[in-house]
Amino acid sequence: MTRRASIGVAVLIAIACALPFVVSNYRTFQLTLVLVYAIALLGLNILTGYNGQISLGHGAFYAIGAYTAAVLMDRLGAPYWATIPAAGAVCLVAGFLFGLPALRLEGLYLALATFALGVSMPQLLKYHHLEKWTGGVQGIVIAKPEPPAFLREAGLQMNPDQWLYFFALAVAAMMFVLGWNLLRGRVGRALIAIRDQHIAAEAMGINNALYKSLAFGVSAMYTGVAGALGAIAVQYVAPDSFTIFVSLVFLVGIVVGGLASISGALYGALFIQFVPNVADEISKAAPWAIFGLFLIGFVYLMPSGVAGAVRMLLVRLMRKGAK
Amino acid sequence: MDAFIHQVLSGLATGGIYASLALALVMIYQVTHLVNFAQGEMAMFSTYAAWSLINSGMGYWPAFLLTVLLAFALGVVIERVVIRPVENAPVLAIVVIFIALLVILNSATGWIYSYTIKTFPSPFPKEPLFGNTYVSSHELGAIGVTLVVLALLYVFFRFTPLGLAMRAVAQNPESSRLVGIRVGWMLALGWGLAAAVGAVAGMMIAPIVYLDPNMMGGILLYAFAAALLGGIDNPGGAVVGGFVVGVLENVLGAYVIGNDLKLSVALGLIIGVLLVRPSGFFGKVHVTRV
Repeated sequence: MTRRASIGVAVLIAIACALPFVVSNYRTFQLTLVLVYAIALLGLNILTGYNGQISLGHGAFYAIGAYTAAVLMDRLGAPYWATIPAAGAVCLVAGFLFGLPALRLEGLYLALATFALGVSMPQLLKYHHLEKWTGGVQGIVIAKPEPPAFLREAGLQMNPDQWLYFFALAVAAMMFVLGWNLLRGRVGRALIAIRDQHIAAEAMGINNALYKSLAFGVSAMYTGVAGALGAIAVQYVAPDSFTIFVSLVFLVGIVVGGLASISGALYGALFIQFVPNVADEISKAAPWAIFGLFLIGFVYLMPSGVAGAVRMLLVRLMRKGAK
Repeated sequence: MDAFIHQVLSGLATGGIYASLALALVMIYQVTHLVNFAQGEMAMFSTYAAWSLINSGMGYWPAFLLTVLLAFALGVVIERVVIRPVENAPVLAIVVIFIALLVILNSATGWIYSYTIKTFPSPFPKEPLFGNTYVSSHELGAIGVTLVVLALLYVFFRFTPLGLAMRAVAQNPESSRLVGIRVGWMLALGWGLAAAVGAVAGMMIAPIVYLDPNMMGGILLYAFAAALLGGIDNPGGAVVGGFVVGVLENVLGAYVIGNDLKLSVALGLIIGVLLVRPSGFFGKVHVTRV
C-alpha cells in the first residue's frame, strides 16, 4: 500500500468510527446495512468481477447465511457473534458445491443456472418439511443483541444500534483485509487470468477447476457472512425477503460500484442503500426504474463503475499536482 | 386415474404457454446467441397493454391483434435502441443490460398499473367444451392458440423469402450480408417476432395466474427449462420441451414433491440438463476448438 493510500484508509476508518455518534439511530442502522451490503458486494465481485463467472443468484447465499444465523440463534440459542463464522462456513460449503457443477457452465448458461437458483430460493425456504427449523412463511424473529457488559464497565455508553454498527464495522474490516490479501496477490492474479484467457491460464499451470470452484465458495462465504449480519441487524428473516430481486440488487451494486474493484463494493453498497430511500418518495416502483436506468447508463458510459471514475479523477488531480 | 388425466391435460395447457415463451427465447437465441432474461417481462408488459385496451371497451380479439402488433413494435425498438450498441460487448455487459430491461419493464408496469392483482378475461366460454370433465375450455383454447402460433411461424420461416433471409442470418451472418440481406434489421425483426409470440403467451396465461407485475418470474423459469430441454437452438425442440415441462411440473407437483416446491422442478431441470446434456434433446452438439 502506498503512503497516500494508507492515509486514505486511516481517514476512512476514523470517519466510520465517528459517524454513529453524530447521526441518528435510524441512520446508524442504515449505515450498518451499508456495511452488510459492502461485504456481500465484495463477495459477488470476487466471483463476477475478478473471476468472470456471472452470478444472478447470490441472493440465495445471502438467504442461506441469514437463515443459518437465525436458526442458530432462535432454535439453538447460539450467541449472535458465533453465527457469523458458522454462516460463513455453511455458505463456503454450499458455494463450493454449487461451484462444482457450475464449472461446466460458461457465461450465459451460468447466469441462467444461478438465476434459476435465485428465483426458486423463496420456495425452498418455505418448504414445509423444513418448517420446524425455518418457521415456514412466517419466518423467524431474532432478538437485538445488547452491547457487551465490558463496554459499560469501561464507562462507554452505547445503545444497541451503535454497538451493532461497530460489530458490523469490525466484521467488514476483517473481510476487506482478507479480500485485499486474497486479491492483490497470487490468487487474485490467477482469478483475473482465468477470466481474461482461461486457456492461457491453464497453460501457465493454474488449476482452473480448483480456482473457479474456490472462487465460488469464497464468494458465497462473503455473501453468507453478510446475510448473517443482515439478519441480526434487521432482526427478522422470512422467505419473501429473499426474492430474486436481492440477487439483482447485488448485481446493480457491483456494476455501479465498479467491477473487479475492492473499493467499488463500498460505493455500490452506499448506492443500493441510499438511492432507494430517496427514490421511494417518488413512487414505490421508482427505485427499480432508477436502478435499471443506472445499469444501462453505467454499461454504456462508465463500465468501470464509480470506483473507476474515482481512480481516473485521482490520477488527473495528481498529474496536475505534479506539474 | 381421472385425477391423473386431469393433471396431465392441464399440464399440457400450461405447457403450451411455456412452449410459446420458450419459442420466443429460442428465436432470439438463434439469431443472436443470447438468452433474453427480459422476455417474461416483455410479455407481461404487453399483457397489461392488452388489459388497458380491453378495459377501454375494445373487443377481445381486436385488442389481441393490436397487442401483438404493439409487442412486435416494442421488440423491434428494444433491439434497435438498447441491444444494438452492446451487440459485440462481453457477455456480462449484455446480461446486465437484459437485467436492466427486466427491472425497468417490471417497475414501469408497477408504476403505471399499481401492484394490485387484476383479473384478465378469457376469450373462451366458461363451460367446458364437448361436455368433458377433464379440462376447461380456456386450457383447451390455450393449447389451440399455441398450435396456431406454431403453425404460422413454421409457414413464415419455411415458405416466405423473409423467413428464409432470417434463417440465413441465424446460420451465417457474414455470408448473408454478402448476398445483400440487411442483417441488423433481421435481428430486429427476430426480436419483434419473439416479443409478439411472448405477448400471445402472456395473454393466454394471464387468465390462469392473474395479472400482476411479477407474474412472469416463475413462468420464465419454466420457459428456460423448456428451451434447454429441447435444445436451445431448436424451435421444435423448445415446443416439445414446453409441453414436457408443463406436464412434469403438474404431475410432480401433484404426486411427488407437493405444490410448494414446483419451481425447484425448473431449477433441477435447468441444472440437470446443462450438466448432463447441455445441447438438450434436439439441439446441435457444439464442439469448440482450442
